[in-house]
Parts: sequence; structure tokens; C-alpha cells
Amino acid sequence: MYVAVKGGEKAISAAHAWLDETRRGDTALPELSVAQIEQQMALAVDRVMAEGSCHDRFLAALAIKQAKGDLIEAAFLLRAYRTTLPRFGASAPLETSRMRLRRRISATYKDLPGGQVLGPTFDYTHRLLDFALAAEGRDAPATPEAPTDMTDVPRVTEILAREGLMQREALGETEPGDLTREPLSFPASRAVRLQNLARGDEGFLLALGYSTQRGYGNAHPFVGEIRVGHIGVEITPPELGFAIDIGDIGITECQMVNQFKGSRTEPAQFTRGYGLVFGHGERRAMSMALVDRGLRARELGEEADAPAQQEEFVLYHSDNIEATGFVEHLKLPHYVDFQSELENLRTIRRAAEAELREAAE
Amino acid sequence: MTEAGYNFAYLDEATKRMIRRAILKAVAIPGHQIPFGAREMPLPYGWGTGGIQVTASILGPQDVLKVIDQGADDTTNAVSIRRFFTRVAGIATTEVTGDASIIQTRHRIPEKPLTENQILVYQVPQPEPLFRLEPHRAETRRLHALADYGLMHVRLYEDIARLGHIAKAYDYPVMVNERYLMSPSPIPAFDNPKMHQMAALQLFGAGREKRIYAVPPYTPVRSLDFEDHPFRPIRAPHACAICGSTTSYLDELVTDDAGGRAFICSDTDYCQERQQAPKAAAE
Repeated sequence: MYVAVKGGEKAISAAHAWLDETRRGDTALPELSVAQIEQQMALAVDRVMAEGSCHDRFLAALAIKQAKGDLIEAAFLLRAYRTTLPRFGASAPLETSRMRLRRRISATYKDLPGGQVLGPTFDYTHRLLDFALAAEGRDAPATPEAPTDMTDVPRVTEILAREGLMQREALGETEPGDLTREPLSFPASRAVRLQNLARGDEGFLLALGYSTQRGYGNAHPFVGEIRVGHIGVEITPPELGFAIDIGDIGITECQMVNQFKGSRTEPAQFTRGYGLVFGHGERRAMSMALVDRGLRARELGEEADAPAQQEEFVLYHSDNIEATGFVEHLKLPHYVDFQSELENLRTIRRAAEAELREAAE
Repeated sequence: MTEAGYNFAYLDEATKRMIRRAILKAVAIPGHQIPFGAREMPLPYGWGTGGIQVTASILGPQDVLKVIDQGADDTTNAVSIRRFFTRVAGIATTEVTGDASIIQTRHRIPEKPLTENQILVYQVPQPEPLFRLEPHRAETRRLHALADYGLMHVRLYEDIARLGHIAKAYDYPVMVNERYLMSPSPIPAFDNPKMHQMAALQLFGAGREKRIYAVPPYTPVRSLDFEDHPFRPIRAPHACAICGSTTSYLDELVTDDAGGRAFICSDTDYCQERQQAPKAAAE
């Protein structure tokens, strides 16, 4: 007469077996390899590395395969793996003027040292579904490559800073905080804010960045520069005492140039919104730079009443692993609390009905 | 057999030590929320990561673990968490409340009174009792420091003014040791009185919010109320359809499409024990 609640264990095993089966899909079709995902779903891999906060293309591709293409689930898998890894040191700051660039554009100068490099971009493509692509076996012809200029390419913001027009950032004295080790506290340092944004949900950052352009936050941004490419990571092991290169990572950096009308102590100058993300992620880096500038409102003495300017709101809600967990936990049983609410509501209604009857009599 | 490649109970020893320090601090200041560096767990946030980290940090090889969700051992998430600890710690588990040394729970306190040899670990979605009244944590911290809980009293008073009584049915705020306002986690208000002077240590873990708090054994825990509107635990006014208990907390089951309802104990072990008791007495 009542629904049996036993059987959870069996149900879980069966559900997971079914999940494995649906992951594979139609077995008449060849299985997707991790290498194929890594090569041909490269931007998905980049997003998972960024939100999973771990630069490893193979692991990110594996996570995408395991997650059936659900990128937030894939980032979650990568994060859960990442936390188990030992930390043996912090790298030296990246000198991004030494990046090997695949793409570098500035919206503020027509030409500049290092030039404009369009690189592999969706920009200026016509978004027409390419039905020829549906017919497999057509390999894109290799594009001719210009000889790489190995000289450093100065950053646009640095060109402005030398003229005194761009606010210089204070050099950090201490090692930056790490929100994966220490819980957030407020006010948060800029380094911690940037760490939070760099691994934040792309959709959330995009919407918040967009909101600053539409009047929710006083943004007047120019893309000083976007650069995409590779850079070596260096660490200085204490037992060696000198820096060694431990490998290359792919990154996208965006520096937004924003107005600042000056204050009593500082002359009018430009200020920076900064974005740096793993892989090729221009949308993410640009959004991050917009939100970073939004979050600087208070320190720059601006009004800070828009969502993108509210530190607690932004930093507590940017993480899609936290967000998806808590939103989806509503699927878990809540019948104990719901039963309490039911009884409560019945009591309130009984009391109200009794009052109505009394009033009628 | 435990999972190869992972430390006992999953977390590395340095992390466990960090969490134990937070727990000690929490025990020293009953009801006060201690921030801690919660790790990303292989289970999702909101599904018990705080409770799991607390359990993992206090678990020893001799411990016997019981995991319940909604009072039951066989709800899917309880099964999943129990399996996790079997897998990464290889410890013994039980469904019998009296046999467990550690009980991890979501949304209930077992009906059977706990002892000094037991620890109750709560999974907490939202450690801040004031969050619906003041969302900024920087501000709620200040309110706790000043023991300024006027907001909550006004909220409860407004219920009385509008509805005749306090309408909070679960996650009913409690005052711990007459100092800190605390969320008892979303247990039904029915369970609140069990927290008062409980013999067992009560630990609360909130993973996503990165907070730990505690109620040490034999600590006063008072549900907020007013002299003329005393706290009243809520319970469906029925007897359990299986064991006949009229004092336990009941789940409501919909038995047909014509308004049929049945009520059974939410605490499955308690219900089972009561079903076996008459048989044992008869033998």
C-alpha cells in the first residue's frame, strides 16, 4: 500500500550502467577518441581547462568525453581531479610581451609595434552553415605560414603607461592568495578576484560584462589589445636558485582601456580591466576584463551600485561548479522539509477557515 | 579494499589537519561559523561536500559509519555517500543508529537518543541563519559579532502578526549557548529540541559556503520564540502505518489519485527496530 523506499543502491548501479551505454551512443558508429576531441573540439577543451582551472589538454578532452559533451560537468571532473594534485610551488609571473603570438589585435591603434595579426578567428566569417563540412573526408588545406618574428611585442597598455596616460598597477609584495586553499573573504584582493573570474562561468561573465556596457556600471571600454598564443612557464626551485622552464601553456590575454576622470590625488588617466585565461578564449578574456574593471569601482572612488560592481555578488556566484551543484541539489529528496511545510500550511488554513466560519455565524 | 591512489578517506593528511583545526575552533566557540579552505570534492556542491569533508577528517579505521538522508539509510544520496567512504576508507558501515560511531545526516536527527560515544555530522547547505534577511556576509559577520539578532526576531514576530504563529517549519533558527544564532541545517523544527543538551558532539559542514560550526556535547540549544508564543515542534498528527509510532517524525506518502495518504516513519532504522521489538518480546 505504500511506495517502498528501498532499492536505492540497485537503482544507482543500473542508472550508471545506462549512462555508460548512452555515452557511447550508436555502436555502429566509430568511437570518438580523446585525441580527436583534443584536436577537433579545441575550443571546448580550452573552456574546460579554464573553468576546470587546470591546464591539461588531454585531461580536459577526456573529461569532455566522459561528460558526454556537458562542459560544466567536464570542468567539474577536472576540478575534482585537480584538488588531489600536490602543489610544489608558484610560477614566476608570466611576461606576456614574450608570448609566441598566433593572434594579436588592438582596437585602439591602427598600427603598432608587432603589428595586427588576425590569426585563426571566427571574426568576419559569414555564419552560414557549411554543408560541405557535413561530407567528411575533406581536410582543410594547410595555410601558408609567415616566418615568425621572435622579437618581443610590447603591450599596448605599456605604451600608454610610458606616456603617463595609463594607471600603473602596484607591484604585489606578497604571493597572491589562492581561493582553492583559503575561503573568500571581503574585501578580496584584486589577485583573488582575478583568480575567481579566470575560472568563472563564461556565460555569467559574459552577461555581467555585457551589463556594464548597457548602463549597469559606468564602463567606457576600448579593447587595448587581445593576444592569443603560447608562453613558457618558469619556476625557481629553492634547491636550484635559478628559474627553469617547465613547459608551455596556451593563453589569451585581454587588456581593456577604460576612462577614469581622476580624483583629488590623481590626474585623469586611463585605467585597466584585465583578463587572462587558459587556451583560446577571447569572449571569456574580454568579459573577464570588463568585470574586473567593474569590480574596481570602489577602489577608484566611483559609484558601485550595479551588479557587476558588487564584489560579494560577483565572486560568490561566478563559479559554475558551485552553482550547478546547488541548483541541481534541489533534485535530492526534500520530503522531510516538505512534510513540515505541508503540516504548517494545513494548520494555517484550518485556523483561517475557523475564523471565517466564526465571522459568518 | 580502498581505492588505490587515494589517501585514507580521500583527503590528504594536511587538508584533514586544516579541517580538524577548524573543527576544534568551532567546538571552542559553539554555534560560531569558522571559515575553512573547503576542497573540491568528487561529489557535487550542495550534495553534502561539507559533511563529507568533516566526516573524512574525523574518520579513523575503527569507526563505524551510518549515513542518512531524510532519516533513511536507503535514499540515493545516502547510499552514494556511504559507498564513497567504503570505497576510499574501507571502513565498516551500519544502518543501526546505536552501532554507529559517526552518523552523517541530511535533514534529520535520528529518533533514538545519541550517546557520548557518537558524533553527528550535519550536511549544511546554508550556514548563515540570517541570509534571507541580509545577503551580505560581511554584514552578517558584524551582526553575529554584536549578537544583534533583532532582524530575526522581527521576522518571527511578523509571522505571528500575519498568521497567528511562527510559520518556519524547518531550518528553524536556534540560539546556541545563549550567544550565537545558528542554522540547525534544514532539519524539521520537530528535531530542534533533540539538539538541546545532546550527549553527542554535533558538527556542521558547509562545503560550498566553506564554513564549519559545532555544538559540543551538553550545550544549551534554544529554538527562538516568544514568551506568549512558545516554540512548537511540527509533526503530522498521525501514527506510523508500519510500526504505529505516534511520537516519531512521519513522511507523507500519496497512495492513490483520490486523496489517499499514508504516514510512515522518516527514520527507517527506528521504524525497523520497533517492528522487530514486539517479535523479540514474544519469543
